[in-house]
Amino acid sequence: MSQICRLDTGGRIDRSKKLRFKFDGITYTGYAGDTLASALLANGVRLLGRSFKYHRPRGLIAAGSEEPNALIQLEEGAYTEPNTRATSIELYDGMIARSQNRWPSLGFDVGAVNSLVARFLPAGFYYKTFMWPASMWLTYEKFIRRAAGLGVSPIEPDPDSYHSTYAHCDVLIIGAGPAGLAAAATATASGARVILVDEQKEAGGSVTGASFDSDSRTKLHQWVDDVSATLEGSDNCTVLMRTTAVGYFDYNYITAVQKVTDHLGPGGSDSASGAQGKQPRQRFWKIRAKQVVIAAGSIERPLVFADNDRPGVMLANAVDTYINRYAVLPGDEIVVFTNNDSAYRTAINAASVGATVTLIDARSDVAKALCTALENAGIRYFTGHAVTAVEGGKGVKSVRVMPLSEDGKTVHGQAWRIDCSIVANSGGWTPSAHMFSQSGGKLRYDEAIAGFVPDMHQAKRINPNHSAGACHGTFDTSGCIREGRDAGQAAVLACGYEVSQGVDAPSVSDDGMGDIAPIWLVPTVHPVGEGSAKHFHDFQNDVTAADIHLAAREGYLSVEHLKRYTTTGMATDQGKTSNLNALAIMADIRGAQIPEVGTTTFRPPYTPLTFGAVGGQESGELFLQERHTPMHQCHVDNGAVFEDVGDWKRPWYFPRNGEDFHSAVQRECYAVRQSVGVLDASTLGKIDIQGADSAWLLEMVYTNNWQKLAVGGCRYGLMLNEHGMIFDDGVTTRLGENHFHMTTTTGGAARVMSWLEEWLQTEWPELDVHCTSVTEQWAVAALNGPNARALLQSISDIDTANESFPFMTMREGLVAGIPARVYRISFTGELAYEINVPARYGKLLWERLAKAGEAFDLCQYGTEAMHVLRAEKGFIIVGQDTDGTVTPYDMDMDWIVSKTKEDFLGKRSLTRSDTKRGKRPQFVGLQTIDPLQVLPEGAHIVAEVRDQPPMPTIGHVTSSYMSPNVGRSIALGVLNDGLAMKGSTVQLRLMDGQVIDAQVTDPVFIDKEGVLTRG
Amino acid sequence: MFIIQCPWCGDRDQTEFSCHGEAHIARPKNTESMTDEQWGDYVFFRSNPKGMHRERWVHAHGCRRWFNALRDTATDEIFATYKVGETPPEIPESSSANTSTGNASGDRS
Repeated sequence: MSQICRLDTGGRIDRSKKLRFKFDGITYTGYAGDTLASALLANGVRLLGRSFKYHRPRGLIAAGSEEPNALIQLEEGAYTEPNTRATSIELYDGMIARSQNRWPSLGFDVGAVNSLVARFLPAGFYYKTFMWPASMWLTYEKFIRRAAGLGVSPIEPDPDSYHSTYAHCDVLIIGAGPAGLAAAATATASGARVILVDEQKEAGGSVTGASFDSDSRTKLHQWVDDVSATLEGSDNCTVLMRTTAVGYFDYNYITAVQKVTDHLGPGGSDSASGAQGKQPRQRFWKIRAKQVVIAAGSIERPLVFADNDRPGVMLANAVDTYINRYAVLPGDEIVVFTNNDSAYRTAINAASVGATVTLIDARSDVAKALCTALENAGIRYFTGHAVTAVEGGKGVKSVRVMPLSEDGKTVHGQAWRIDCSIVANSGGWTPSAHMFSQSGGKLRYDEAIAGFVPDMHQAKRINPNHSAGACHGTFDTSGCIREGRDAGQAAVLACGYEVSQGVDAPSVSDDGMGDIAPIWLVPTVHPVGEGSAKHFHDFQNDVTAADIHLAAREGYLSVEHLKRYTTTGMATDQGKTSNLNALAIMADIRGAQIPEVGTTTFRPPYTPLTFGAVGGQESGELFLQERHTPMHQCHVDNGAVFEDVGDWKRPWYFPRNGEDFHSAVQRECYAVRQSVGVLDASTLGKIDIQGADSAWLLEMVYTNNWQKLAVGGCRYGLMLNEHGMIFDDGVTTRLGENHFHMTTTTGGAARVMSWLEEWLQTEWPELDVHCTSVTEQWAVAALNGPNARALLQSISDIDTANESFPFMTMREGLVAGIPARVYRISFTGELAYEINVPARYGKLLWERLAKAGEAFDLCQYGTEAMHVLRAEKGFIIVGQDTDGTVTPYDMDMDWIVSKTKEDFLGKRSLTRSDTKRGKRPQFVGLQTIDPLQVLPEGAHIVAEVRDQPPMPTIGHVTSSYMSPNVGRSIALGVLNDGLAMKGSTVQLRLMDGQVIDAQVTDPVFIDKEGVLTRG
Repeated sequence: MFIIQCPWCGDRDQTEFSCHGEAHIARPKNTESMTDEQWGDYVFFRSNPKGMHRERWVHAHGCRRWFNALRDTATDEIFATYKVGETPPEIPESSSANTSTGNASGDRS
């Protein structure tokens, strides 16, 4: 197919570089410099997608990133990306693009039947239809997602690399149009460090696409080229093109996405490798700026008229841009429909390249000079008229035009038809106040331009910025340049630089938008909502003026309700083209002024961005860094299966000879109590506490007594928060009079360290205590089992006799030739020794233990066996058997709460009315009547079994295992008034309806007297 | 994303810090003689003003020092940061919102 709509001359494209691309399977050609949108338009392709709800045929509306319709599934396989805007995709050779939201094909779409039943798909349809019964939502959701689904996410890993980086500057300038360039040139000349970002590939903003007389055009392009060259050549200015500022956060922190190699296509980042190495696909900039100049331009608003969504209805400036920048004349017969002066230039420009143009102006009062200009260009025009219908299914064929009443509310007289293929419409210009609004600024409605402009700024002291140019409501190019220069001067002054004179604006003829007389909803012969025509204001979410009327009738009058009820402005374009029209239509219905309806709040991101860019380098192995113990390699070599405990990788179990999880865990548990086992306990939190007041601190953070603990003695401690609830536990050892070694749970290590520091720094700064985390300084091997002493004795010079090294003490000596601290403490109830050596000896210790252990059938066991073994003994795991709502009394641990201490953290809460009320959920053992049945953890104990939930819950299972040593299943749990219920039978109801009977028991299942551990 | 001046390290990014709510609440003494209501007020209740607020921050991913900040919760402007034990700064008159200072009775922290 040839480029039938391409002009022979003009445009900022390179006709010598022909590019081939595919759209929906058909091959086309375009030129370097094209976007996918302009290339498709050059080939006469107008139908680019189907609408979201009604599946109506849709084409291009815009030429920039505000495009709501032309959403494209770009590329295939791992490179595919959904919902990209055809107007923002730079064409490259070999591009593969697809339309979205159609099935089976774009031309024939089954979903279009929605259009016929539109009466049953009004605003709020989903809320009304699919909310009840709630159980059906899972069914509805699949249907809705399929029917509504826009693009398809890639399912393969992203092959591209991304980069994120920080940058700091004096002045950040957002937008490289006339205002932004002027600001950048002024700021740069003063010596300030400047960053200039713009989403386009070349600077110039409106100058690259808008229509000017030939003299002005020449001067402006020259000015843009001169300023750009100066900036590019300045060391203190960084120009980032293809870079969109997407988020504005406090303290002038702006995020921006740079498309580094997107324009090169899949694999482009490889081909872009150069002296600096491989380039990322995209780079995410996190910029701190002392001052920000927002020069983001403006976005043209569509007029809301009957069937204004037909392919071929475009914004007037889009027609300008396609002609001037891309040398594409979208159609030979063009109707321009406007309510302001700016579209007159569009009409004259289109006529100058050969189009037959008719201009319809809703205003009856138009400046004489404008009319004269049209007449000179041979353009028919009708003032005080309106387009009342657009005809043509998959593309505009003609429009109907009627005279408007004086107030613009009705049409009258005879309608007549104008054949055309393009309707270029302009409802005025909306300043792009997104960034200003994100920075905390409030907007003000300006009657003169019929739009919202930046106003007061309550957070200006932390987010100093200056809006300039069209985003500030100034539309003429010379005015934009002057405002940009002033903003640049103000910004550098605030940064402490001497102000440079700045750039001068070329003398050009450009009145910007000129006069405007708003017409927010163009009437037809039918009232809104009647007849078959639809007046769209939000194209991407398929919302019509009739929906706003419906919302108003149903009481959703405020803008926040209107948005959520109709979904207007909530699509991926965030209502760039629709928000003001929706507000104004609602204002008209309510008989209110537009500011009374409210303004919308703009939120990041300005345009959609990839997760890849935000993630930057932090993906794959770098997403979350793993913590390994010093013995990690031994575990890998021994075939361990690992589990994640916080960031740690801990051996979960060590399967032998093809064992499954269950067999391995049963074997490990059995082996420990038969002979001896070893566990890597290096991940336990360890805090070295020194200073004269160390014992005093422990008295305050633990519930039991510490002052009298002998040097070399170990003691178990429970920590409470001030609510009186258990939050960590562990064994702490007195190494010296003023020196303690505290251990914490693996997951609680950082939390406990912070907790101690918080109290020391903020409440008791006068204490002489110093805490140091030594978790990673010690490697720990825990020997457990009846042969633990024999094994230790065989490789250590420590006297391990029970009298000289009793339970709950620590001894220092050599173990396997390595200097060690050995703690005789036990988490299994067996005879046990925790051997601590400096971390660098951890692997050596493990290897020597394994060697020496052969004589004792030493079993290396993992965390699962550790869990089972401690449950057999009724030891709690904080965070598994406790959940932040249980006191020591609830856990039947009265013995650890000092009756004599005057105070400790959480003490007073233990006598609050709720904590002492009794009958609270209390810690118990559970044994199923069927000894082979293992309860699921989390299963609920119910007061009464019913056929269907809900049924009253009186407790739940916190830990549950098959125990080879008890010879049956065991479980731990909490049960209301459980301590008084031991011996009784309770019922548990599972998710699948099964009911299990269990007996309430003591939580200690073996060696209740604690003989083994002291032996 | 604030820039916060750690009194020990200087200006740093907010990601290095964590906030721990209202400052200058001293832990009561003689807790056993307190009523449930008095104790509950200390444990559970904090002021949450719109406007100037003295609050506790910790430079968690830095020097790990706790300090206090005077922040306008309406604009997120931080007017001052100061070390534990230092006299809280006066609330500036130019602050944007109403000026509830919360419970400033205990000044040990």
